Amino acid sequence: MSASDHLIPVVVSNVVEVNPIIKRFEFKHVNGDELPAFSGGAHIVVEMLDDGTKRKNPYSLMSSPFERDQYAISVRRDDTGRGGSKFMHEQVRPGMEMKISAPVNLFSLDLRAKKHLMIAGGIGITPFIAQMAQADKLGVPFELHYAARSVSQAAYMDSLADRFGDHVSCYCDDQGEGVDFETLLSSQPLGTHVYVCGPKGMIERVVETATHLGWPAAHVHFEHFLAPPVGEPFEVHLAKAGIDITVGAEQSLLEAVEASGTPINCMCRGGACGQCETAVVACDGEIMHNDHWLDEEQRASKQLIMPCVSRFRGKRLELDL
Amino acid sequence: MTIQFKDESFRGDFSYANSPSNIPRFPFPFPEDEYMYSTNIEPHHAARAGSPFENAFDVDEHYVAEMKDRALVLAEDPGRCQALPHMETAGWDFVELVMVSKARDYPDLFKLTIDGDRWHWINKPLQIDDTFTFGDSSTLPCHPMEYIGRQVQGDHAILDQRDGNLWLDAGIITAQADWSLDFDVGMNFFEWHAPVPLAHELGVFQRALKFLLTLPQGQPSRRLNWTLTVNPRLDTSPENYPKWGPDRMTVTPENIGEKVHLRVELQTFWRLPRSNAILFPIRTYLMAMNEVVTQPKWARRIHRVMRDLRPELVEYKGLSRYHPILVEWLSQFDDGAPTSPGIFPD
Repeated sequence: MSASDHLIPVVVSNVVEVNPIIKRFEFKHVNGDELPAFSGGAHIVVEMLDDGTKRKNPYSLMSSPFERDQYAISVRRDDTGRGGSKFMHEQVRPGMEMKISAPVNLFSLDLRAKKHLMIAGGIGITPFIAQMAQADKLGVPFELHYAARSVSQAAYMDSLADRFGDHVSCYCDDQGEGVDFETLLSSQPLGTHVYVCGPKGMIERVVETATHLGWPAAHVHFEHFLAPPVGEPFEVHLAKAGIDITVGAEQSLLEAVEASGTPINCMCRGGACGQCETAVVACDGEIMHNDHWLDEEQRASKQLIMPCVSRFRGKRLELDL
Repeated sequence: MTIQFKDESFRGDFSYANSPSNIPRFPFPFPEDEYMYSTNIEPHHAARAGSPFENAFDVDEHYVAEMKDRALVLAEDPGRCQALPHMETAGWDFVELVMVSKARDYPDLFKLTIDGDRWHWINKPLQIDDTFTFGDSSTLPCHPMEYIGRQVQGDHAILDQRDGNLWLDAGIITAQADWSLDFDVGMNFFEWHAPVPLAHELGVFQRALKFLLTLPQGQPSRRLNWTLTVNPRLDTSPENYPKWGPDRMTVTPENIGEKVHLRVELQTFWRLPRSNAILFPIRTYLMAMNEVVTQPKWARRIHRVMRDLRPELVEYKGLSRYHPILVEWLSQFDDGAPTSPGIFPD
């Protein structure tokens, strides 16, 4: 069973160019039905039929969780990526029918928190837009600190500041501004939970600073918005199916397995949820573990792989599929 | 579909019984002649018309009587219903799931009218007709979990998800097989399962937790669990052990068919949308051994399962005192013929 087996047919109701690199896409149910309720931090998987290739990318929902008649996501164009964001930017137009998964939340608010402290970098802002709507409605104190490279790339900065006022602080690198994590994290009331979504370096700095200041690990939450990386093509043998498949340069191992018609579980498609964990039968080469699921010991054992984001380089990889 | 609701008791004179037509729809828990733990989780799809798997929340002839028994338990011991402060959103998710499902599956019994946040709910069997504001607990007579928990058969636990674990942070538990919400509330998945023998070593809980943490919205799952209970008593809680523990001394070869009940839990798992919590309904079905053996396949199989049950499980399920005479009594219904696969009667 996999979340993407139960897709929801939607129509693209709006496409908005937020800035030169970010577009917002809005979806409604094809029948006009209500879409499933969700919680802030949830993502959906969007299925793209790109000239014979079926891509499925996860995107955080940024619309209000209390809004059931449409969903919104924002997509940052990545010309060096596998082509999913490029497809969204170039091919997707209002009126187009697409399929999306039901929402999945791997980055939810801890509802016990006395205060939510949110730290966003770049496109990592999107889950927080939904979370702020949720915290606002629940009447729980929250604070957003949002950093972007430049004013021109700071999607939604103005509208968020208008909507949530003092709850929002903005920082633009090109203005010489930056978040002082040490000061920010050392001045929070007890019971605060911190959430960070953004580039890897930012997540690491926040987690390190919080740890150093003695924050309980359970109060520190982060989400890597990980897209499957591109790489060299490689061959894989699927032992149960008894077939050999080729993973293309811009294809994930998971997508190649799916394209072969071989059943495989999956959910987040971003290396975080653990659903697609697959046993390695034989490995003569190096597995590039790109996930956030397996621990160091498991990685070193070469006995497990997360096909949604991880790749292989070497002579032979055989999987228990 | 019309259900004739029975007027019956789960205590005192124990007038509870299954109508002959209700017996074949019992969720018999043994798909094979041998029983051992497994995670045995499957999708909670609508299956087999007339079976307890046909609808999201099965309503049967015992509905009204079970809800009366729940009210009696809660009046005596309000601690059976507890929700930690952060579980109110999950309570509303539970309200929505039950009302939407029941109104869809049993339109002659339940009716839900939604006008924005204004909800109008009619529960005919329990003669409830309420209007409230969805999400505003001040418009209900009690916590949303308690409100709907008093209108749906089975116990309900709500598990908060955080830190890669599940936490038993709310529940309305009045028909339990010897576990205590008051003791377990706030525990994580491994803590509340700690007393279960064998399963930890088999890695059952690790696998089950991993499965539940990624349970998708809109794709509920189910499993069956079982034990035996003397007398058709729903409330076999540790709190009330003095009331039901001694019942086990009353079993004799003469009365065992009517006294000993197969107690099956239809457990389902639902991802809740707004709270990201998991709703865990534990729906209990009771059937006297006399009723079980009316189905020849079940009679043969339950004899084999009971005869070969591992001693640890006999002990854990509290069957030690009457297990030998039960096996002896059941043996008269087992002619050694093979049984067909699956749980449904032939």
